[in-house]
Amino acid sequence: MNWHEKSLTELSSALSAKEISSVELTQFFLGRIAKFKGLNAYLDIQEEFSLRDALVADQKIARGEAGPLTGIPVAHKDVFVTKDWKSTAASKMLENYLSPYDARVVELLGGNGAGMVCLGKTNMDEFAMGSSNENSAFGPALNPWNTNYVSGGSSGGSAVAVAAGLTPIATGTDTGGSIRQPAAFCGITGIKPTYGSVSRYGMIAYASSLDQAGPMGKSAKDCALILNAISGHDPRDSTSLRKDTIDYQALLGKPWSTGGLPLQGLRIGVPEEYFAQGLQEEVREAVQAALKKFEDLGATCISVSLPKTKLSIPVYYVLAPAEASSNLSRYDGVRYGYRAKEYKDLNQMYERSRSEGFGAEVKRRILIGSYVLSQGYYDAYYLQAQKIRRIIAEDFQTAFTQCDVLMGPVAPQVAWKVGEKSKDPVEMYLEDIYTLSPNLAGLPAMSIPCGMSQQGLPIGLQIIGNYFSEAKMLQIADQYQQNSSWHELAPAGTGAQI
Amino acid sequence: MNIEEINHLAKLSGLELDPNQTKQVSIELENILSLVAELQSVDTTGVEPLFHPIAVIEPLSQALRRDVVSEDNNRTNNMLSAPISHEGLYLVPKVIE
Repeated sequence: MNWHEKSLTELSSALSAKEISSVELTQFFLGRIAKFKGLNAYLDIQEEFSLRDALVADQKIARGEAGPLTGIPVAHKDVFVTKDWKSTAASKMLENYLSPYDARVVELLGGNGAGMVCLGKTNMDEFAMGSSNENSAFGPALNPWNTNYVSGGSSGGSAVAVAAGLTPIATGTDTGGSIRQPAAFCGITGIKPTYGSVSRYGMIAYASSLDQAGPMGKSAKDCALILNAISGHDPRDSTSLRKDTIDYQALLGKPWSTGGLPLQGLRIGVPEEYFAQGLQEEVREAVQAALKKFEDLGATCISVSLPKTKLSIPVYYVLAPAEASSNLSRYDGVRYGYRAKEYKDLNQMYERSRSEGFGAEVKRRILIGSYVLSQGYYDAYYLQAQKIRRIIAEDFQTAFTQCDVLMGPVAPQVAWKVGEKSKDPVEMYLEDIYTLSPNLAGLPAMSIPCGMSQQGLPIGLQIIGNYFSEAKMLQIADQYQQNSSWHELAPAGTGAQI
Repeated sequence: MNIEEINHLAKLSGLELDPNQTKQVSIELENILSLVAELQSVDTTGVEPLFHPIAVIEPLSQALRRDVVSEDNNRTNNMLSAPISHEGLYLVPKVIE
């Protein structure tokens, strides 16, 4: 049976009908992970712990205590700390780090929560800093559509694992596009919810005012199920919002209005800046074809403007490094993490441990962060960026007076070749142009597959919603997926598809 | 950025730069700084900085909690990943002669 092609709902039905046990399902995925080890999607596998959790899930199912996710395997991005699997954030700094506790997201999905079975930890850019997974200290996760190409980043391992059928679903985090861009590059669905919806407790911090966790899966439906399980207030995260719980599945399958067509009356804002110079022709065509499909489903497209889009790059590359330089000051080689072998005093121990433990991009961002926060530069860089951040967020609110959601490309181009952009950091930063501003504004945003390039690489459509409108975004994405088949395509050789 | 500035920045960052790499690092940092220089062209007179994105739509207050112990003593587990420890203490090079 091709269990890797099944949706979460199908897996749940199979488990409750006793067509397969959670232990068997877990063994099935562990087998595939071993078979496709060359993709480098996972950083740590502990079969014994996965099977232990699967056995507990089977007992729950046998007692009739199963929820909709009980016994289904899940993979966690290595940025979430876990008690039983190493938590490295793909850094040499944390190479052998064992956390004394589970992240809130891991806890909510695990044995004491939804009852899912952890398959292991997925590869990523070191400390979530990167757009291609090439910044992993343990080598990049490779794009299953063509292993000469990057998987995207930073949640590249999670995207590869889902696309190649090495897990039914995975978790990711998104600070400047780290869920959406690898989802687009690997042809899967991913959503970053409104900032503050999912607890950051136990998520190894990069840029705390931008970091947000979310699911990466085969469809909007699967993502909605996971979002229901992981969101909600957590007093251990000071930026976690105190909001009534949202049912992210509530609108799935429902029409937008009573107008006749499924999305009759939906107003889609198309930001003109998202189709400016630099957008690859194939990507433009695929996104426009998707917009046409939405019109066929009853939606209306309206041209809108997000005039400060280009500024999101400088704003992000000031704010994120500033927060990173502060967050990463905790790595000193004393309480945990890498310690240099040779040093003559305490200060040299700190400096050498950090210099040897961090990779080049992480060090670059720490240096930039220190610069923009230092005396004499704080106002000109950091404070100025926070002010423009407000202008960017307000531009979105102006756009949302004219439309219900925004749509455009996720990235200016499809996945590039491994090594092609890793020499020039700035060239890589420019690739983030369409994904950064939703993080700066804290808005929910998602990526769904909407086409293939001539070389056979996936193209993603980005849907950006207003605050707390995830249920509507998932409804819209699901309507598209009910009427298209891009999300069902699977990379050749992996035999993975829905 | 001259060598002195780069070294000062490295000091602030708690990093030790390989003298052979200083030139390369300074070029990279300058490229990044010219990328972000565009910020200076925006008139932000009267615009308040936005530190928490949700503050755009609603006022937020600092999350507070009671100052009481919420976690059990978990010393052994917490110290499992310490590079060097001895009888429940972290060991570091001597700081006072």
